[in-house]
Amino acid sequence: MAKANPATSKGDAYFTRLTAICSMIIPLLMAGIFLILVIQSWPSIKKFGFSFLFSEAWNPVTQQFGGASSIYGTLVSTLIAMVIAVPLSIAIALFLVELARPEVSKVVSTMIELLAAIPSIIYGMWGMFVFAPFMAKYVQPLLKDTLGFLPLFQGPPMGLGMLTAGIILAFMVLPFICAITRDVFQLVPNVVKESAHGMGATTWEVTYKVTIPYGLVGIIGALFLGLGRALGETMAVTFVIGNSHQIAASLFAPGNSIASTLANEFTEATEPMYISALIELGLVLFIITYLVQVVAQFLLRRMYKSWSVGL
Amino acid sequence: MKPRPPTGRRIVDLLVRVWAVISALAGIGVLIWILSGVISRGIGALNLSFFTQLPAPPGMGGGGVANAILGTLAMTCGATLISVPIGLLSGIYLAEFGQESKVADQSRFSANVLMGMPSIIVGLFAYALVVLPLGHFSGYAGVVALAILMIPVVTRTTEDMLRLVPNTLRESALALGAPRWKVTLAVVFRAAKAGLITGILLAVARVSGETAPLLFTALDSPYWFTSLSGPTPNLTVTIFNYAMSPYDDWVQLAWGASLVITVGVLAFTLLARFILRTRH
Repeated sequence: MAKANPATSKGDAYFTRLTAICSMIIPLLMAGIFLILVIQSWPSIKKFGFSFLFSEAWNPVTQQFGGASSIYGTLVSTLIAMVIAVPLSIAIALFLVELARPEVSKVVSTMIELLAAIPSIIYGMWGMFVFAPFMAKYVQPLLKDTLGFLPLFQGPPMGLGMLTAGIILAFMVLPFICAITRDVFQLVPNVVKESAHGMGATTWEVTYKVTIPYGLVGIIGALFLGLGRALGETMAVTFVIGNSHQIAASLFAPGNSIASTLANEFTEATEPMYISALIELGLVLFIITYLVQVVAQFLLRRMYKSWSVGL
Repeated sequence: MKPRPPTGRRIVDLLVRVWAVISALAGIGVLIWILSGVISRGIGALNLSFFTQLPAPPGMGGGGVANAILGTLAMTCGATLISVPIGLLSGIYLAEFGQESKVADQSRFSANVLMGMPSIIVGLFAYALVVLPLGHFSGYAGVVALAILMIPVVTRTTEDMLRLVPNTLRESALALGAPRWKVTLAVVFRAAKAGLITGILLAVARVSGETAPLLFTALDSPYWFTSLSGPTPNLTVTIFNYAMSPYDDWVQLAWGASLVITVGVLAFTLLARFILRTRH
């Protein structure tokens, strides 16, 4: 290399270092969040041990805390959300890529993306004042009449509860799953799809037997991304889940989730052990969402890497 | 091989097509349902006093959320001021210098994970980091929480946008003798301007509607916004508190605030998309 201007190369060295330091902030933040959660929840971890995860006791007066009902509510509401959101979002992606004309696809695509932009608290307001009464009046009585023999759909139709929370969560994660599934469908090379069409396959057969297997890793990655969103969603769930520390068999019954417990009780908690137990709940949520995110990133990265190399 | 009769397969295909159309309509329907609900209930609360006055005690009627609007603006601006420089610089590192190195990979991975972290966890972190040492709730803690949420978004969009800039542009500027930092800031940044602004707008849109990270950092306050050093009024926590209250006029104020937040966030989001579309 020719002689570099010493002044500029020095400036470059400083600049590179400055940007490198800034980019290290993010992993440090992640580590910092984990560390601080562990430190703050240590009194609770030491006192309750592993039984914290399985105990349903939640009594600020006697200082007995167990996170089972919150953890159960988080998992159940997320499960409901995924059961509803997955078939919907894959079907919407199919509509956007294979069925709709480009102009229609563009408009519908934007509208679905706007669903992701609406703040969580707005879903909460709408859920509590508009959607929950609708559930109580139409959906829950219908479910009770048709599937009421299952313990899942028994009890008074109050509107607020686990089922309503799960359905609203489904609307919230739908755009995230849909966006990536749409990209996956679009990235499958046309040659591959056209060959299948040429063999006489219908649109669904092409999707089911060619497109989905081809992009399976990416679609599963999208599902995990949506899963991570649903697990930690706070405000919408807090408004509609009913906030009860009991585990009920019925989905009509009120429950709670880790995030909703934190949102409801954290500012009221004054005793150190109460706060520590709440932060331990936060730690549990952190670990669950971290693992889900790691799986999602791993799968999505593998997909993009294999596609950019393989094609 | 025996050809299979097409009828059954056609019916399945038709059913799937119908299901796809129904799903798309359901998605659009939910969006319209939410927006129309917020508009029809919120529009009645909007009047001059809504934007100029403090909240009135329950039962008095009237009143506004001017303090909360100011507080939300101040905290969003604060978070933007902190996170945009950090996000831009770390995006530069990922796109221009780090690229496939291990450090860059680690940072990219953490940014993706942090973007998916529940915002209430970030709120807990800011609580432990700022509220506990200071001994009281403060707007600064809220700013820290919002900034943490914005940094990974700005970083990742900056990286993506800088990578779209063709290498020939960098090479020609370097060939003229410009140092690397100047090439990045003066040439590459200018080429990627629309994309960078889009990323920042999207990050602002995302945090200005956030509630969970403010619940136990900024808290809320019924008084005028004076500084960030104490509990700071903000729109989203105000909505939460008022919506849960038993007073009709407070619930009405909450709907008005919901409309303001929704319009603001959607306007930012659409503006960001519009800027990007006109450029590319």
